[in-house]
Formats: sequence, structure tokens, C-alpha cells
Amino acid sequence: MNRLPLVSRNSLIQGTILLVGLVILATLPFYGSIYATILLSTVFMYIVLTLSWAIFSGPTGQISLATAAFFGIGIYVAATLGKQLPLLVVILTGGLAAAAMAWLVGSLTLRLKGVYFTIFTFGLLELMKYLLLWFEVTFTGTRGRFVVVVDHSTIYYTMLTIVVLTLLTAYLLRRSKFGLALQAIGEQEEAAEHIGINVTLLKVSTFAISALFVGAAGAIMATRWTYVDPYIAFNMNYSFTPVLMAIFGGLGQLGGPVLGAVIFAYLEQILITKFPYYYMLLFGIVMVISVVYLPSGLAGLIQQWRSRAMGGKYAHS
Amino acid sequence: MPILEGQGVTKYFGGLAAVSNVDFHVEQGEILGLIGPNGAGKTTLFGLISAAHVPNRGVIKFKGENIAGLKPYQICRRGLARTFQSVKIFPNMPVINNVVLGAHFGSPMSVKSKQAAQEAARLLDFVGLSEMAAEPARDLTLANQKLLEVARALATKPEVLLLDEIMAGLNQTEIAQAMELVTKMRAQGITIVMVEHVMKAIMSICDRIIVLHHGEKIAEGTPQEIVRSETVIKVYLGE
Repeated sequence: MNRLPLVSRNSLIQGTILLVGLVILATLPFYGSIYATILLSTVFMYIVLTLSWAIFSGPTGQISLATAAFFGIGIYVAATLGKQLPLLVVILTGGLAAAAMAWLVGSLTLRLKGVYFTIFTFGLLELMKYLLLWFEVTFTGTRGRFVVVVDHSTIYYTMLTIVVLTLLTAYLLRRSKFGLALQAIGEQEEAAEHIGINVTLLKVSTFAISALFVGAAGAIMATRWTYVDPYIAFNMNYSFTPVLMAIFGGLGQLGGPVLGAVIFAYLEQILITKFPYYYMLLFGIVMVISVVYLPSGLAGLIQQWRSRAMGGKYAHS
Repeated sequence: MPILEGQGVTKYFGGLAAVSNVDFHVEQGEILGLIGPNGAGKTTLFGLISAAHVPNRGVIKFKGENIAGLKPYQICRRGLARTFQSVKIFPNMPVINNVVLGAHFGSPMSVKSKQAAQEAARLLDFVGLSEMAAEPARDLTLANQKLLEVARALATKPEVLLLDEIMAGLNQTEIAQAMELVTKMRAQGITIVMVEHVMKAIMSICDRIIVLHHGEKIAEGTPQEIVRSETVIKVYLGE
């Protein structure tokens, strides 16, 4: 058997690009504008939400709309504990609380198939929002909370760290036997069970791990808004946008959701400032076009071009 | 002691008894055939053994231990694998990965990636699919998809293998190949229970046959006994 070299040229080039990119991003606050730091923090946030969503829903095909619920949990953890505890502890707590909720909900509902699971996750989001609202009105007599303020570059670096961790997790999971098993579950769940895969445990733990990053992102992003209430924290846009971004970018590869998140997040900023009235309209048009003409997303399109350029050598890979 | 046995196994779907009070036993190393008209409960019985369904009554023992109530993945890891009547492969994965998954998750011991890949390649060779290892599984012919299911089940290192109509829809040559494969697996020490409608195959390779009708066991014996049994003839051909 021919042994492949341990590191192929392609992955060496990719690794170098990744490293250079990371160094540029890591040093940005020293030479970039504050606006760039804030904009990129938002982009990072969307990357984390989209990638986390794709970690679970990509291979299994079970569409979750609970992202905003996990994000909101992170936000409220920061709002309640932010003043008493150090930032790192708050972020970790936010992540763990979201993961715990995902574990609980997952073990109750991941048996549900198809659209029922999706509806349940959306219901969870609404339930948490109104439960919190009711709690605040009835017991604390307030609405919303102030969040401790953190400076822009701390937010930036924390988000960058979470992005790197999410990417790393997604990458390692995809390469592992568990990534393959998740794909098997998505393609033929019954067969997956009968060849020895503990389907429930694998699904629930993947769901929880993906929620961990979302919760952590919520905890740090909350510090930027100074004031949050249940409507802000549990905003359903944070459930839908990641799904759109992931589909736009393409679910076939790891780069797809990242690409989708970066482009959409940037587009959102531009559209919101330049065309505040047509923003949602333009957003919708882009979405419709991409679903109709790019079924495997931007990443799929890029791969098509590349394989055509290489003479169709990798046409089916 | 039989390697696999059932006592009074019963399963209702709504008010209908799909499997009713069936006793069976499978001896180590034999090939047991399970036949009966459509709707007789053969596939349901397989489902009960492999924990796809939970029996309403009765006991199913594997190597002397009651396995009713276990999850399908636990049954598989204990050494009881199955294939499906309606093919259930992972269509968008390369053929080899279908088998690699079985090698990774089917046995209680953890397997290194390299070992799993080697084992999968060996099994594809064993069932004759080596040349298609890199193709997406959906591109295989029906006969080959069934062989792939066998390879995937073998990757989980079963002691007992349940084959659910692996010959249905195959042509004469493919049936002959499938029969040879079954005997080859038995020669390796795997006990086989097979549901089949292809009588020629059942009669020539099974050591023993159980006949189900309307969920009940109506006959049991060697192929010669079954061919001569009047109850069986009545069920298949009418009065």
C-alpha cells in the first residue's frame, strides 16, 4: 500500500493561511480602529452561533431552533453573576448552564423526529423568554437587568478564543469516529443503532457541546449591551440567522458555515447602516437566491469551480 | 445450551398479534431458516431479537442471559448483528466507511482507526466489494447493497447473525453467490438465522427450519421434514 505523506502540501498551505490569519486577527486591536474591533466581535459571534448549530444539525439533519435559547441563557448568566464573579468564571458558567439545558432538553426531545424536534426547540425559546418575563414581573418587580461593562478589546479577544475553540472542536469531531457516527445517524438512524452506536448518548452530548460555545458567547456578548431584558436576550433572530448563514455557506464542509457567517454578518452591518428600511427585504432576496441556485451553499460552489479547474479530478469528492 | 433462545415470545401491534407465543432455539454454529407466507411475523421476530421492538410477553436469551429490554446498540455489542429486509445502508458515505463504522462501534472494545480501516477492507474483500470501496454506497446495485449490509454486520464481530431476506430481488447468479457467502460465514464459526423466500437456498443450506404463519410457529424440523409436513403444504398451497 502506498503511504501518503503525513502532511500533504495542500494542508500545509491551508495551515499557513490559517496561522497568518490568526496572527493578523490576534494583533488587530493594536492597529485597527475601534469600529473594526466591534464589527469583528459581531462577526465572531455569528461564526460561533453558526458553527455550533452546524456541529449538531449539519450531520444529523435535525434542525434545532434552540440556539437563541442557549445564547439567552449565557446572556442572563452574565446579567445575574457579572458583578460578583470574575469574567472568566461568568463565561464558563454561561457555557455550562447552556450545555446543561441542552442536555436536559436533548434527552427529552431528541427522540422526536423531523419537524417535531424543530418545533419543540422553538417552543423552548419562547417558553424561556416568557417564563423569565413572568418571573421578573412577579418576584423581582423589574424588567431587564444591567450588565457589567467590559472593554472592547477584552470582548474581542474572548470572542476570538471562543471562535478558535469552536472551530477546533468542529474540526476534531468531523475527523473522529464520532463525526462519522453522527453522519450515519443523519443518513439512517435505525441502522446506526443496530451496528452498535449509542445514538441517544451521542446526539445528546453533541447537542450539549454545541450549546456550550453558544452560552459562552452569550455571556461575553451581553457585556456589550449594558442592559438586557428577556426580549433582547431571547431574540429569535439568533435562532434563525445561524440556520440561514449555515445553509448559505454550505454544510458539506467546515469552511461553509464560517464563510456564510462572515459574509452574512458583514452584509447585515452594511445593509443596516446603508439601507435600514430595505435591510430585511434585501436579506430575504439573498436568501431565496442562495437556496434556489446554491443548494450546497457557497462552499459547494467554490468546490465545483476548483474541481472544474483541476479537470474534474475531484468532481465527486 | 442454545446460543439464542426464545420462550413464549409475543408482540402485539394494536390488537393484532404479529408474533404469538413463539418458542425457538438456535444452536451454536448452525444455520436456521425462518420461513412463512408474507405477514407471518418473520421480520417482527427479528426485530424482537435485535431489540428494534420490545416484546409484550416472553423471554429472549442470548448465551443464557435475558436480553429483552436492552437497547439495539447493546445487543449488537454483545455479539448479535442483523441486516435489514429493506436495505438500510448509509447511502451518501463511501462504501468502506459503512463498514468502518461497524468495526468502530460494534464491539465493546475500542478499536484504533487504522485497525478499523484494515478490518473493513478485509471484510469488503470477503464479500467481494473491494473494487467499490471508494464509491458512495447509494451507487451500488441492490445485490451489492445487501452484501454491504452483511459486511457492515460482520464488522461488529457477531457470534449470531440475523439475515433478513438477503436474497430477495437477486438474480440466479447473485443468489448462488449469496448462498456461498452464507456457508463461508458459518465455516468461520458464525451462527446464522435467516429469513428467506428463496426456497432453493433455504432447503439446501439450512440445518433446520422454523415455519411461522399468522405469528404462530406451525412447524419446525430439518428441510426434509418441512417439505413433507402437511401443515406447511396446506399453508403455502391451500387445502
